[in-house]
Amino acid sequence: MNDLLLKDFVDRRAMERIQLERMQDTLRRVYDNVAFYRRAFDAAGVKPEDLRSLADLCKFPFTEKTDLRDHYPFGLLATDQKNVVRIHASSGTTGKPTVVCYTHDDIQIWSETMCRTLQLGGCTEHDIVQNSYGYGLFTGGLGAHYGAERLGCSVIPMGGGATEKQLLLIRDFGTTAICCTPSFFIHMIEEAEKIGMDFRQTKLRIGFFGAEPWTDAMRRLIEEKSGIKAFDIFGLSEVIGPGVSADCEAHCGLHVFEDHYYPEIVDSVTGEVLPPGEEGELVFTTITKQAMPVIRYRTHDISRLNYEKCACGRTIVRMDKVQRRSDDMLIIRGVNLFPSQVESVLLTVKGVEPHYQLVVTREGAMDELEIRVEVTQQIFSDAVGGLEMLRERISSRIKEIIGLSAKITLVEPGTIERSMGKARRVQDLRKLK
Amino acid sequence: MAIRQLSIFLENRVGRLASVAKALGDAGINIRGLSVADTKDFGILRLIVDDVVAAENVLRSHDTVCQINDVTAVDVDNQPGGLAKVLTALNEAAVNVEYMYAIAEPKGVRPVMIFRFGDAKDAAMAALQKAGVHLYDEQDLLGK
Repeated sequence: MNDLLLKDFVDRRAMERIQLERMQDTLRRVYDNVAFYRRAFDAAGVKPEDLRSLADLCKFPFTEKTDLRDHYPFGLLATDQKNVVRIHASSGTTGKPTVVCYTHDDIQIWSETMCRTLQLGGCTEHDIVQNSYGYGLFTGGLGAHYGAERLGCSVIPMGGGATEKQLLLIRDFGTTAICCTPSFFIHMIEEAEKIGMDFRQTKLRIGFFGAEPWTDAMRRLIEEKSGIKAFDIFGLSEVIGPGVSADCEAHCGLHVFEDHYYPEIVDSVTGEVLPPGEEGELVFTTITKQAMPVIRYRTHDISRLNYEKCACGRTIVRMDKVQRRSDDMLIIRGVNLFPSQVESVLLTVKGVEPHYQLVVTREGAMDELEIRVEVTQQIFSDAVGGLEMLRERISSRIKEIIGLSAKITLVEPGTIERSMGKARRVQDLRKLK
Repeated sequence: MAIRQLSIFLENRVGRLASVAKALGDAGINIRGLSVADTKDFGILRLIVDDVVAAENVLRSHDTVCQINDVTAVDVDNQPGGLAKVLTALNEAAVNVEYMYAIAEPKGVRPVMIFRFGDAKDAAMAALQKAGVHLYDEQDLLGK
């Protein structure tokens, strides 16, 4: 696997040379083979040969999720359908799913970058990997599976759900590494506690968590409660699936596998490319993918890029952990609010578990924010005053840190819907005209 | 002389009290006395039961947040001025009562007041003993 590891330590100029060559090839291929890109490039007055340096990429038009939907299912294929060996689709919250296709080579690229992801967390061929991402149309399951197999791990294709069985396998198979969403892993810890199982007594040592935003505080909580090392993995099916970037033990940004997925940060309003270190919307161009390359795909995820060498020695660019999106931002009484901000505040209040839900309503012209927080054994008090004080404490911290008055409602454990996949953090019940 | 009471966190939601009562009933646990402190959104149910540890286990297995804490059970004369005598003693000792509620002793003849004193517990006990008031222990109170 050393050849794969080396790719994370390439010198910047060599990396840029590789990227330019691959990007030129990709732009040429999509221009020649995909009507959508040809029309878009023509409309913007650019030709593939106009890309003489990486900086020229900013002349090319963006691709949006709606473009993928508009060409549902196979309109953006850049290769003959006979070369496609796999079709995935992401669950659209509204309407039709977003479809992505892979050639044999694409699957190799994906396996490689997912394998590099696992290596970032110290996973080796000696590990027994329990893959608890859902298998099927969702890219999480097969993506993590192929990466772990490529690394030579013993892979348990467990899939999501079935918590009791998950715990049984962790114990009986001696699982050493797990892949799933962070909220599902917290659910597993809770269920384990109920049956008197202690993760510290198992062989589990590493977890790769992704597919939903989570905070550093949540990582520390997971590590504290289970004794494992937790890593953040990032990906999106439009680019490839999981394995676009991941953090290392330094936990100071996620290493982007930029020899395949070229990142940019742009101003989400003007679309202008922002210099390294500035916060903005993350945009990806795939530079090796064959079946369905994306050019300047807008993720709506907010991040930053850091080109400095990491403490771990890797030279590939790092992106900030994504904790918010340019479009799941709530605007409440003129204040911008991301659910992850509330989570960070809650985790600073002792004894509060990260099970919460934001409910936004509108009374007349006034937006009301309610934060529902589950009461745990540790914070429960026999005195009404004690619970009222807790509510007051949460409320004043939210006010102090976020600048919003919120109604805090204490609810019983298990009241807030836990999905096996992504936690439902927001209910926006406002009827906006 | 401490009596163990079970306090339970309840959301103000239809059927919550009934489901707690049913869970305890199904487990063969008898409720001897109760009080509810309620706010707009949630309530705290306080129970005196015949087996407090079993009750706690049953409720926790239903994912209910609950906690055992110590309260004091005070015998009160079943006649005018009975409660006043107890409260006056506490008042003279400048003891603050966090909350209180009434239940009955096993024979159902004499009223019993359950008190929660918080930090002032020792001073309260001393004041009550000095006033010659009978305090129940758990066996007495539950008729075991």
